[in-house]
Amino acid sequence: MKGPSTFNRVSVAAGLAFLYLPIVLLVIYSFNASRLVTVWGGFSTKWYAALLRDDQLLDALGVTLRVGLISATLATVLGTLAAVALVRSRRGRLLFSGMIYAPLVMPEVILGLSLLLLFVAFGLPRGFWTVTVSHATVTLCYATVVVQARLVSFDGALEEAARDLGCTPVQAFFAVTLPNIAPAVAAAWMLAFTLSLDDLVIASFTSGPGATTLPIRIYSAVRLGVSPEINAISTLLIGLVATGVIAVYLLNMRRRTAAP
Amino acid sequence: MSGRSRTGLAALAPLLWLGVFFLFPFFLVAKLSLSDTALAMPPYAPRVDWSAGIEGVRAFFAALDFETYARLTSDSLYVASYLSSLKFAAVATGLLLIIGYPIAYGMSRFPPSQRLALLMAVILPFWTSFLIRVYAWIALLKPQGLLNAALAQVGLGPLNILNTDTAVYIGLVYAYLPFMVLPLYAVLEKQDQSQLEAAADLGCTPSQAFWRVTFPLSLPGVGAGALLCFIPMVGEFVIPDLLGGSGTLMLGKTIWTEFFANRDWPAASAVAIVLLATLVIPIVLYQRQQQKMIEAGQ
Repeated sequence: MKGPSTFNRVSVAAGLAFLYLPIVLLVIYSFNASRLVTVWGGFSTKWYAALLRDDQLLDALGVTLRVGLISATLATVLGTLAAVALVRSRRGRLLFSGMIYAPLVMPEVILGLSLLLLFVAFGLPRGFWTVTVSHATVTLCYATVVVQARLVSFDGALEEAARDLGCTPVQAFFAVTLPNIAPAVAAAWMLAFTLSLDDLVIASFTSGPGATTLPIRIYSAVRLGVSPEINAISTLLIGLVATGVIAVYLLNMRRRTAAP
Repeated sequence: MSGRSRTGLAALAPLLWLGVFFLFPFFLVAKLSLSDTALAMPPYAPRVDWSAGIEGVRAFFAALDFETYARLTSDSLYVASYLSSLKFAAVATGLLLIIGYPIAYGMSRFPPSQRLALLMAVILPFWTSFLIRVYAWIALLKPQGLLNAALAQVGLGPLNILNTDTAVYIGLVYAYLPFMVLPLYAVLEKQDQSQLEAAADLGCTPSQAFWRVTFPLSLPGVGAGALLCFIPMVGEFVIPDLLGGSGTLMLGKTIWTEFFANRDWPAASAVAIVLLATLVIPIVLYQRQQQKMIEAGQ
């Protein structure tokens, strides 16, 4: 097979440059001593130090992390169950897969509005738990797709063998299937967590006083303009997510090369 | 057949969850779109008066009407923002195809060992915050921003891009590029190179071979990428809000404004229902295609 032509190389390089340039500039300017965007005032970490003194921001970060941890765990458990059901069972599949795939592309304003109306209809005060449940609902669909993709290539005969050897279906699932799909389950959790960490629109509709998440805080600051503090917190978030994603990727790579 | 019923049991929890938190709320949105605004909390009427029993329920249904929809169609602002949303999403999808195709194609020509790293490089920005990636463009595009500073170095500019429709297009293409590249790459990578050789043997030039063999075979990826980008872009909020100007009309922004600024919940719901009705067919197409692709992945 022929390798990439010059045109191929240029397209890929230009595409990656386009994707990364804004992010790289943002990271660089988070270390800018000057408050102005276009003036480089020397290297400084003072904006990071300023973050540590910003109690509102730290509160929002705490809320976001708690929402993310709980909602991602809920979403992964429900998503794994949904993936098993989708792969193994044929009955009622159309409705079920519709409910899984529709939220993936559904505009977030619609999801946010509909969830909010649900909470209002039941008289539930908006706050920490309403955001968490909302995030779990949307991210469970992403988790399902990730686990499902792995499950379809998993050999069902292995689970049947475990059943023949006397395992109950639940035992067989935990002893055979789950270890095999574990990298996908981990990836599903990571994806659910980062989506929750990033979400502005759904959280804006479903959160209430006392449960301001970090994206809501960043959004209200962004509306006032570009600032080095936002660059700094953004850089930290990007770093956190990139580390997690690359870790999962390397983990999956190692498993793949270790497999016979 | 206990195995099957256990599988049914596994489905029960997510099914119930999605039924309560995803499906049921749409009935509430539909109901609210038929209600009237009211100076109350929550700001709409009528509400079911359960104490009046069946009479209360009847009175509730009698009070529902299509007045909000009539209001939407008679107000040219809503109609304009509906059409403008479709235009933004359609043009941006076209741009994404033109920009994304050569990238996906280029990636698929690299040796397999390097492809995984390239794939990772395209996916990584998708994982980083949408809000932050859109925000990064403000610093680039604003009047005293980095783009104009760079242009001034070579004696050009300044360009006023921020708060215009151009900025919205840049933001849409930027934010959705991974969603276009990935499905395209997935089909292009699987293509059998010997088909191109066969086309060459039969006298095709490389560009003929591309248009007659590669491109038609990649159409499922084109369809998947286009749907994956078009559907959420029609209802996009963050990009038109942060990068667009006051004249940028998009439905996502309309819903947000009606809800948060005007506190007109019935109008926000009616706009959401119209948006949903528009997107139902593309969503069903997308769902069917995804199901097929996942099952083919065995």
